[in-house]
Amino acid sequence: MADETTPVAVAPAPTSSPAVAKSAAPAKPKVEAPAYREFPTIPALQPDAMTGSNPFVAAAAHNEAIGFPGALLDGWEQKAVAKMGELLGKYRSLRVYMDACVHCGACTDKCHYFIGTGDPKNMPVARQDLMRSVYRRYYTLPGKLFPKLVGARDMTKDVLDDWFRYYNQCSECRRCSVFCPYGIDTAEVTMAAKEIMHTVGHGHKYVNEIIGKVHKIGNNLGLPGPALENTLEGLEEDVLEDTGAAVKYPLDMQGAEVLLVTPSADFFAEPHVDSLIGYGKVFHAAGISWTLSSKASEAGNFGMFIGNYEQMQKIAMRVREAALELGVKRIVVGECGHAWRVAYAFWNTLTGIGAGAGVGKPDPFAIQLQKQLDPNYKQPSHICEVTWDLIQAGRLKFDKAANDHRIVTFHDSCNVARGSRMGDYAGGQFDIPRNIIRAVANHYVDMSEATTREKTFCCGGGGGLLTDELLDLRVKGALPRMEALKQVADQHGVNFMATICAICKAQFTKVLPYYGFKMSMVGGVHQLVSTAIVLNNEQ
Amino acid sequence: MGTIEVSGKSYETDEEGYLVNLGDWNEEVGAYLATTESVEMTDQHWEVINFLRDYYNEFQIAPAVRVLTKAIGKKLGPEKGTSQYLYDLFPYGPAKQACKIAGLPKPTGCV
Repeated sequence: MADETTPVAVAPAPTSSPAVAKSAAPAKPKVEAPAYREFPTIPALQPDAMTGSNPFVAAAAHNEAIGFPGALLDGWEQKAVAKMGELLGKYRSLRVYMDACVHCGACTDKCHYFIGTGDPKNMPVARQDLMRSVYRRYYTLPGKLFPKLVGARDMTKDVLDDWFRYYNQCSECRRCSVFCPYGIDTAEVTMAAKEIMHTVGHGHKYVNEIIGKVHKIGNNLGLPGPALENTLEGLEEDVLEDTGAAVKYPLDMQGAEVLLVTPSADFFAEPHVDSLIGYGKVFHAAGISWTLSSKASEAGNFGMFIGNYEQMQKIAMRVREAALELGVKRIVVGECGHAWRVAYAFWNTLTGIGAGAGVGKPDPFAIQLQKQLDPNYKQPSHICEVTWDLIQAGRLKFDKAANDHRIVTFHDSCNVARGSRMGDYAGGQFDIPRNIIRAVANHYVDMSEATTREKTFCCGGGGGLLTDELLDLRVKGALPRMEALKQVADQHGVNFMATICAICKAQFTKVLPYYGFKMSMVGGVHQLVSTAIVLNNEQ
Repeated sequence: MGTIEVSGKSYETDEEGYLVNLGDWNEEVGAYLATTESVEMTDQHWEVINFLRDYYNEFQIAPAVRVLTKAIGKKLGPEKGTSQYLYDLFPYGPAKQACKIAGLPKPTGCV
């Protein structure tokens, strides 16, 4: 643990606070950043340190709008156990994960939330055991006969409360599974637990409200078409003013070659919008016609966070519909970590070949999409793949010196790092964003290899936890990433951490000040591209 | 869910203190909501709040941060058209804190 020589994280004070305003209101839960550790050792246990972490339970209106029961059902205990049985049958992986753990402890100190909170229930093995103990009771013979002897527990309200509290302290980042000798994926256990809770009427407000907005309005933010149009027109004016180039940010343009699907935060928030500006500049410079869609104005898919296949498919289907309506040849995904995992790993079965574009399973729309998309390109492609291909083909020019005020490092986003790939070889998802940064900036430094690539730490806000009532957890969960950042900031003067995920950007913007950094230190890879790209505006 | 009381009238709020019924808002309620955020309202604050409300009335959503900074910059000069200016006024973030005081729904998603 920290000693006097260790720099101590600053108390909540987002940047310069003027005299006119004070920080948090008294009623708000206390948010406290842990001190930096001199060495990243295993934290001392602090039992029940996070029992006070209480995510908001979704209201009836939010649950019912997306087809879940409004509140905890009568006889929910049996229904939860039955749902668990259904999932054990449907996902053999889940049964293996329930059975295979030997409690070796390899995962214990790999979780950023455990490192940041010291709460033993945030050890991945303990988190799994919240479900495993119930599984034993109802689905194993010893658990049915001698529950106490084998640590089996009945499904009770106390157990449910523990689930709700601690499965909402897992960002489904899968770092622990990298270190598990059996490959047990805690994220899948968490997703199953969340699906069970949603099914019996005990959903999380943040996630369910957002899924409802996607279905009703088209994106997580609830940004209606006219607001989107207004925002994009503003960007065109800004870029014209800044660069003299008439870069377009088209919406619902019929017959465009590329449909870009990006998180709605890219339209709304900072620094996200700077990457959106960058995507537009890349397409402009390469002469590729592209469009955004008001129907598919969201790449994010929170259906994955709650492990619900039906929601995931319904959300993904909007992208297919938009692609068919607009007649595009390519689908490209913007800077959003979990969206890329869903697109890369699941779109095919949700909306494409697996949905019935294959032999003998006629789904006319899936077949139409399959025929419509250009087979010369990876479908879907990540915006980083598009940009890197163009760089390699010599179709983009950069003034790297424009980024000389930045010493850049790269934060691998968990879902990209451990749930997907880029390019045509294993590890492409690590190299391609770094290649782009090196092509557009002169100063690049990697953080400690124990915290990058497949071993990257979650930003602390993923998996549907990016909500204000969990801010204390988010700040604590950011500790290992902040320590690695501090190291390169101290040793190499790093002043910019690039990332390719809307959640990472929003999370770091919020938590960096708690660790003594400026919130403007985080930004997108395409923000760097945007700074350095040369637009041939003189013609 | 909760309620707040302003001048003898009570208003429904959500868990985080955002007004449930947008029609309930008036300047007095806004001023009260500002105290719950420990924000001392000045003319500069009200300028932002009024812009948010006008934009919301037109588009049913709060303006993007960039739209807001640009509008403020046009009105008050470029040195104030920055997100830093907005963070100085609303330290918890212009989107969430200013929306709360303006009686608008909280922006959701990855923001």
